Amino acid sequence: MAFAYFPHTDADVNAMLARIGVGSLEELYADVPADVVYRKEYDLPSAMSEMEIRRCFEGLGRKNKPVTVMCGCGAYDHYQPAVIPALISRAEYLTAYTPYQAEISQGTLRYIFEYQSMIAELTGMECANASMYDGATAAAEAMMMAMAATRKKTRVLIADTLLPQVAEVVRTYAKYHGVVIGTVAHKDGNTDLADLKAQLEAGDVAGVLVPSINRFGIVEDLTGFADAVHAQKGLLMVYADPSALAVVRTPGEWGADVACGDGQTLGIPMSFGGPYVGFLACKKEHVRKLPGRIVGETTDVDGKRAFVLTLQAREQHIRREKANSNICSNQSLMALYVTIYLSLMGKQGLKEVCNQSYGAAHYLHDQLVATGLFAPVFDRPFLKEFVLKTTIPVEKLQQALLDGGFFGALATEEGYVSFAATERRTREEIDRMIDLIKSI
Amino acid sequence: MKYYDKLIFELSKPGRCGYSLPVSPWNTTADALPEGLRRTAAAELPEVSELDVVRHYTNLSNMNFGVDTGFYPLGSCTMKYNPKINEEMASLACFKDIHPLQPESTVQGVLELYYNLERSLSAITGMANFTLNPFAGAQGELTGLMVIRRYHELRGDMKRTKIIVPDSAHGTNPASAAVCGLDVVEVKSKPDGRIDIESLRPLLDDTIAGIMMTNPNTLGLFESEIKEIAKLVHDCGGLLYYDGANFNPLLGMVRPGDMGFDVLHLNLHKTFSTPHGGGGPGAGPVGVAAHLADCLPNPRVVLGADGKYQLLTSETSCGRVSGFMGNFGVLIRAYTYILSLGKENIRMAGPLAVLNANYIKESLKDCYKLPIDMTCMHEFVFDGLLDKSTGITTLDVAKRLLDYGFHAPTIYFPLLFHQAIMIEPTETESKETLDGFIEVMRRIAEEAIANPEELHSAPHNTPVRRLDETTAAKNPILTYRESLCKK
Repeated sequence: MAFAYFPHTDADVNAMLARIGVGSLEELYADVPADVVYRKEYDLPSAMSEMEIRRCFEGLGRKNKPVTVMCGCGAYDHYQPAVIPALISRAEYLTAYTPYQAEISQGTLRYIFEYQSMIAELTGMECANASMYDGATAAAEAMMMAMAATRKKTRVLIADTLLPQVAEVVRTYAKYHGVVIGTVAHKDGNTDLADLKAQLEAGDVAGVLVPSINRFGIVEDLTGFADAVHAQKGLLMVYADPSALAVVRTPGEWGADVACGDGQTLGIPMSFGGPYVGFLACKKEHVRKLPGRIVGETTDVDGKRAFVLTLQAREQHIRREKANSNICSNQSLMALYVTIYLSLMGKQGLKEVCNQSYGAAHYLHDQLVATGLFAPVFDRPFLKEFVLKTTIPVEKLQQALLDGGFFGALATEEGYVSFAATERRTREEIDRMIDLIKSI
Repeated sequence: MKYYDKLIFELSKPGRCGYSLPVSPWNTTADALPEGLRRTAAAELPEVSELDVVRHYTNLSNMNFGVDTGFYPLGSCTMKYNPKINEEMASLACFKDIHPLQPESTVQGVLELYYNLERSLSAITGMANFTLNPFAGAQGELTGLMVIRRYHELRGDMKRTKIIVPDSAHGTNPASAAVCGLDVVEVKSKPDGRIDIESLRPLLDDTIAGIMMTNPNTLGLFESEIKEIAKLVHDCGGLLYYDGANFNPLLGMVRPGDMGFDVLHLNLHKTFSTPHGGGGPGAGPVGVAAHLADCLPNPRVVLGADGKYQLLTSETSCGRVSGFMGNFGVLIRAYTYILSLGKENIRMAGPLAVLNANYIKESLKDCYKLPIDMTCMHEFVFDGLLDKSTGITTLDVAKRLLDYGFHAPTIYFPLLFHQAIMIEPTETESKETLDGFIEVMRRIAEEAIANPEELHSAPHNTPVRRLDETTAAKNPILTYRESLCKK
């Protein structure tokens, strides 16, 4: 039976078997013990044509309920410019592998170099790697980087205000990597410098991971953090939203040694959590501890400018069990995604996204408070996300929003409700949600 | 392919823009943030028009080689065709515009897809349960090892801190083990690359957490003594980990669960046809035997008694390895592929991959050195040219292949041979394509004698030629800003 992805005719198979000198395809598996060859029918559906597959997926799609997203907690509904899917679907990008053969991979290598440059610009750091899986794993790698960069330290501190899923992934990696994780408390929604200093005194802290914008949406004031951490010879690591870095103080400006975070806010569709792209950037002095792929500029034998994977002596395929990280790829196509996004948005566009998100979120915040059913928790500056206290039972509020086609009011562990708005949210949508809440 | 020398930053001109946003309906801006929390100097992002962006990235793409461009026999990477229907299904709006924390009631279609894909992978591999959360093969490995450690921990068996890894293993195996806090014990392979059971036996005691195996191994040979190895490792209380990097030849023929493996990862971007994307995103699902299901990472998709799909978080889990639920977009593609294969076509996938590999091997072994002359699985390794007198290296052969319009095979891996050339054709390549490759490989062998200089200096007609990698590593220039400074 012919199948579109297998080009072999019966005549081809016979001719090839003859060249090999065996009588059947099964004979090629002579080294496999007979009792482990699977002879039963596979418990799978029968092969589907494209038309049948389309119907199957449309059926699955109908089982999802579309909602207007009014919250974030690590994934945000930013706009995806039309240019990007058109370009990243080019087969020359999509169907290539890691750029091992640099001579025929200059497209990939150049956009990674551009990506590294843009991430360094946004974070205020000196260099960046070719990308990580997502923000949470980038944070975990930053934690292991701090362990590798400092000597004889056993602990890493993380802020209580980190996104919960990021903290959880860091804790998982730390547990198996043999790192003790401590938590720095917050004071009125901002990581507490006094608590940090007290915990640093033991002298066993390799690094401290704090968010630039935290799980309450608050833009944190990290004044004095770098000095405190550096005084104990640790690394300051800042988890940041790269979109917000067009306007908020950068990890570099806070004196961070490492910056990490998730590039999803750079126009990547929410896609139920992936694929996104993690970023990891650092001061140049730490570049040899930076995990993952790194692209550098060089020349070819004719003197032409060219790009190549470099500093590979750091990597797992060379260092094996001595490696600091096991990552051996990057999230390349998504790195291309954000590189194109940042090229389109440029200096002004990214600021405008922040401004419009700021405007929408503050309008939403003020309208919610004006209903008399919500009250601010912290008196701190925010950009596009915030938490409130509410007098409405949280589950009842969430259900009412869902019934009206909105997804919002995510509960924090303290019982606050979290909202967010991006440049995609309109006054009409927000007003409609406010009316809905008033009618509860 | 055409050389194009610009970086996007070099097209920038103050005042140009490539974006289109509505006029802001709001009367506030982020300038209202306190000054001490605002960035001072603007990020130097390019200012370019939309057409500038489109031309630039189209021109860059012209310097790239992909599976759609031509034959890509990169060993251990399984560069099979990436079907177009997969891409279309992954970009459907009903899957793209979904927030990862939406209530389960609004994402039943998504969760059903996770559930069905997990069931399908179970049917294909013989493992009881799966997590689809790991983002890549390497992360799948790490997750699998976390599952193993958690399993021993839950049993209160804290002595098991060592993991056995064959010397022929890919470097990621020992690296994953080290990141997971396990001590690596290397087991020797026999001259044919298979695990030496007599070397394995004395390593097995109550400190062994498990063994990591790639089967077929990195030489493309099936570990025919697998059932005995499984018994020995299980008898000492250890678990068997299956590195799915080389699962493709077994697709439709052999299930790792039936060989005695307890934990495995699959590379959906290899065996299940999702595109490599220049290095990612991929996906590295982890499958386990029933007794390890409780150790899988959080959260898991389960089917409730009410017929509704739910996300389950458990205390016995090894933890959380991804911010949300992995690379969902990649999972959609893999599920599409499995539906296309169906229970009928899957039976031919592995065998045709094995046929293609053996066909190339038999057609070239009179001019390339075949150190292990046996039936291979999906890939095999030459140790350079047969005639060693020419001084032509594997690197020269690989670079010359680029001139002829082929991607090079994997070179200098595995480390067991000095001039390794590892070739994996996959099942989606036709006899004609293979014949074309064979002809060129033979021509290169002739050139090695007649015109070696042409090979030493290859490639000649690629957008750039051999690169100065030494200077790149000695004085790394990693950003555009740095590049400007050095000039």
